[in-house]
Amino acid sequence: MSALQRHWDARAAANFMLGGAGAGLVACAPLTGNSALVFAGLAMIAAGLGAVWLEIGRRLRAAHVLFNPFTSWMTREAFAALLLFPIGLFYPLFAAPLALAFLYCQARILHASKGIPAWRAREVMALVVSTGLAEGAGLALVFSADRWLLGAFGAAVVVRYFAWRRYRAAVRSEALEPAGRTLAWLGTGAALVLLPIAPPLAGLAAAACGAWLKLALVTRASFKQGFSLPHLPVRGAR
Amino acid sequence: MTRWAMIADLRRCVGCQTCTAACKQANGTPPGVQWRRVLDLEVGEYPRVKRAFVPVGCMHCDDPPCMHVCPSTATRKRADGIVTIDYDLCIGCAYCALACPYEARYKVDRQEFAFGARAPNETPDEKRVGVATKCTFCVERIDAGLAKGLKPGVDPEATPACVNSCIAGALHFGDADDPGSNVSELLAENQFFRMHEELGTGPRFYYLWDKAP
Repeated sequence: MSALQRHWDARAAANFMLGGAGAGLVACAPLTGNSALVFAGLAMIAAGLGAVWLEIGRRLRAAHVLFNPFTSWMTREAFAALLLFPIGLFYPLFAAPLALAFLYCQARILHASKGIPAWRAREVMALVVSTGLAEGAGLALVFSADRWLLGAFGAAVVVRYFAWRRYRAAVRSEALEPAGRTLAWLGTGAALVLLPIAPPLAGLAAAACGAWLKLALVTRASFKQGFSLPHLPVRGAR
Repeated sequence: MTRWAMIADLRRCVGCQTCTAACKQANGTPPGVQWRRVLDLEVGEYPRVKRAFVPVGCMHCDDPPCMHVCPSTATRKRADGIVTIDYDLCIGCAYCALACPYEARYKVDRQEFAFGARAPNETPDEKRVGVATKCTFCVERIDAGLAKGLKPGVDPEATPACVNSCIAGALHFGDADDPGSNVSELLAENQFFRMHEELGTGPRFYYLWDKAP
């Protein structure tokens, strides 16, 4: 394996997968009144941040990530996490706004990457946020079948589907097609059919499809746009 | 106010990669890392094919996306427009490398040498392992030259290594804010474009493609 890093790998993707789903879980927990879901969500966020910590080149300097809250969404994500953990641990059911802020920061991290057409599209923000919420609600369904949670899950899955459709219309990426198709059929269609019959299965299907889509988005769809020549050099006689 | 800029005259570049070699020699970059590259592009369909050689690297943008996304403030912009990286601050998250539309940033996870084992003339820089690196416009040469009263872009000792080495006179360097400088004159006498200008990054690397109408 070359020593040269050309893209983010599964360790960075894990931050979006675990962190996004964990934030969604924390955000959905008040619908069930179950504090344990918040702790599970925090554990997932911590695992995601731990995974991305393994990818950085200078791990002992990780605290430097906090130095640029003025323009960097990565710094803002770190601050959101720093606030989220104490609030989540001591006032679990009041942590939802911070979890949403964390999720929004993740979406903006991708959107700020001007070099990657599949990330810089505005539509990626709605996709990442709605995916996190659908995953979180889906995971919550494994532990609770509260009426409000069922409704929130259904709404999140439908919103995520339309966010995917909108994103796909703006960004054509072959790398995302398999995960996108699965998200549409299994993560949306099958999940909604299963919802009244087996809510935990519906939730797990939606969560797994969302995780796959984010893995593909971070590791497979991150092509640079390359170079372009608006004019060719004019040499010799015209 | 000084505003350093680089020019590549696409009519003159012959794709010899001497600038690439000079950059590697001057900056001691490891295998696979080329702060100055020359793309060899074929455009069109046979038999109407044209070929162009395009030097690329850090464009030292006016509004660099790499600087905005950097969480550690390691990437900064000097008053003269040169975008720098503080290797002691950088955490090596590679976010800047993904944000750069010009594929100008590199990060290596471990030290590698051109022929496997370290050759006597290879001097590894531990500070540049696990952090982002890129073209600096040979900022040390510029600063040292200015301190001696030399003029970057005119005096070789104060000019980036790639520009000095160019065998075809395709690469030029100078102060774009000085109307009498070499680069200002070239920009006035020729038609030029900047790469991916639609992204609003304001690259300060100009490509000449024809004389002014």
